[in-house]
Amino acid sequence: MSKKTTKQFDNMLEVRDLKTHFLTDAGIVKAVDGISFDLKQGETLGIVGESGCGKSVTNLSIMRLIPSPPGKIVGGEIFFEGQDILKLSESELRHIRGNMISMIFQDPMTSLNPFLKISTQMIETICIHQDISKKAALEKSIDMLNLVGIPDAKSRIHNYPHQFSGGMRQRVMIAMALSCEAKILIADEPTTALDVTIQAQILELIQKLSRQLNTSVIIITHDLGVVAGMCDNVCVMYAGKIVEKAKTEDLYAHPAHPYTFGLIQSVPRLDKAKNGRLFSIEGQPPNVIDLPPCCPFHPRCEKAMDVCRTQYPPTKNLGEHHEVSCWLYTDDQERSNG
Amino acid sequence: MTKYIVRRLLGIIPTLLVIITLSFFIVRVAPGGPFDTEKALPEVVKRNIEAKYHLDEPLVMQYGRYMFDVLRGDLGPSFRYKDWDVNFYIFQSLPNSIILGVIAISIAILFGITSGMLAAVKQNTWVDYLSMALAVVGISVPLFVIGPVLQYIFAMQLQWVPTSGWFTAGDSWKTIILPAITLAFADFATIARLTRSSMLDTLRSDYIRTAKAKGMRTSLIIFKHAMKGSMLPVVSYLGPAFAGIITGSVVVETVFRIPGLGKFFVQSSFNRDYTLIVGVVIVYSVILVFMNFIVDIIYSMLDPRITYK
Repeated sequence: MSKKTTKQFDNMLEVRDLKTHFLTDAGIVKAVDGISFDLKQGETLGIVGESGCGKSVTNLSIMRLIPSPPGKIVGGEIFFEGQDILKLSESELRHIRGNMISMIFQDPMTSLNPFLKISTQMIETICIHQDISKKAALEKSIDMLNLVGIPDAKSRIHNYPHQFSGGMRQRVMIAMALSCEAKILIADEPTTALDVTIQAQILELIQKLSRQLNTSVIIITHDLGVVAGMCDNVCVMYAGKIVEKAKTEDLYAHPAHPYTFGLIQSVPRLDKAKNGRLFSIEGQPPNVIDLPPCCPFHPRCEKAMDVCRTQYPPTKNLGEHHEVSCWLYTDDQERSNG
Repeated sequence: MTKYIVRRLLGIIPTLLVIITLSFFIVRVAPGGPFDTEKALPEVVKRNIEAKYHLDEPLVMQYGRYMFDVLRGDLGPSFRYKDWDVNFYIFQSLPNSIILGVIAISIAILFGITSGMLAAVKQNTWVDYLSMALAVVGISVPLFVIGPVLQYIFAMQLQWVPTSGWFTAGDSWKTIILPAITLAFADFATIARLTRSSMLDTLRSDYIRTAKAKGMRTSLIIFKHAMKGSMLPVVSYLGPAFAGIITGSVVVETVFRIPGLGKFFVQSSFNRDYTLIVGVVIVYSVILVFMNFIVDIIYSMLDPRITYK
């Protein structure tokens, strides 16, 4: 198979104005509506937001795994090492999937094929992308399983998925995803379906391996704790758009968007009064079908102004690597023009 | 596994005993008897016949006598056709039905699975619509319509094959083609629909998404990853379907003049031919129970999560 390019790119991945829409009977669902972000070599990027805000769709779009119909990538560009993924043919795409960019999913219980042995599933991944014998691929798979901490990998590899626990299966998924030394690992809520005790182990594992293999990671989560512990940068998504983008420390220290502020406030804290009520953002995420051109957060926002109800805010730079889309950070003139 | 197989095979025996017992008594509860005719027989004649077939004995005695014979492999004399044994009927007609049935079910499986898979993979295209339209025809049009239509087109108009007959009776082997296709139709339709829906389910599953994310080509995903899982419902349908199809079909046998077992199911009931009814029921039950056993074994071979101890 073709060798991986060694050319250095500043950004491993550049997503520009990506739009992924779903055509449903009820109308067009703009699941992802014009988002842009970059991912640097070795960087760990977090994408956070409530359920249904478009986090998973964003990442399935990067892999072009959107079920179509009803889904469709209607606009934008996704550059991987300078190549627009959206313009690739099926076979060029297969060269990227699992080889350059690989993915692990939310539910390790259903993401492995229950009918095939772990060895079969791991070997095939390696053999698709690398020109090596099955025997060598098996050796490599065992090495990977050892690396992710599966005890007795040499014999366990011949087991079926149902003979592993959830946490172990997620380890297998990680081993499989990294077996071709992918440059980008997309982890779509990798710990949501797991026990809390296992969650930390899996996250540490992802962190350790990504450093070891110099893999860039996109981690999708609704858990701000995960983001704080792992990510260099964070994108906060709301209703198909990125509302705030910042370095992790920056985001926690100075959340700019009222939504981000609300999210951080909602994290339960051990040092707060025991009998105090937990904070929550009032209301529900908006229905993204035929959304009017307003700030989608305005019905839930305490600081909403008139302009929020009629216009989507422009993106403002609040400092290096800190962007926010909110009318609060604009001046009066911009608002009246808007 | 061996233990399980032995246990299952032993388990077949009580099942069959219950079936035989129930059918023995049920047929005798039905009004009318094998020797009732339009014109009443003279009392003496009737009594003589009943004595010959032991129908004058108490039911329990008859049952004991019958069971004793059955256990020795003798299904008794036909009550209706003098001088003929039930064993003779079955051994003469069952092979014909099995040959026809095996060919028919093979056609049904081959075309059913192929078109079901094509329909699923090419969902909402003309391939899908065409094979599902064909399946609807197969399910809704009765065999006694399909049969004569095929006869008219391929035997009478095109003259490719004979209209009817059977190769063991000296006719051409081509006689087997039309009845096999006719018989295959209904099962083809069901298999195609089952395959399509379960393939669609499988293709939507998470592990198929994983396979795609690994960069596998679609054809490999379908055959290596999706095939096994989507065959499970088809296999469980095939067990009883196979038992049904190899024990003959009265319609197809009548339309194509085939000396099969199917017609005895119907005739023996009309005739109240007690031993023949129970005889064909026994044959059918043995095959059915055995097929279900085979299905379970195939299941465990397809799905590693199923293990038998």
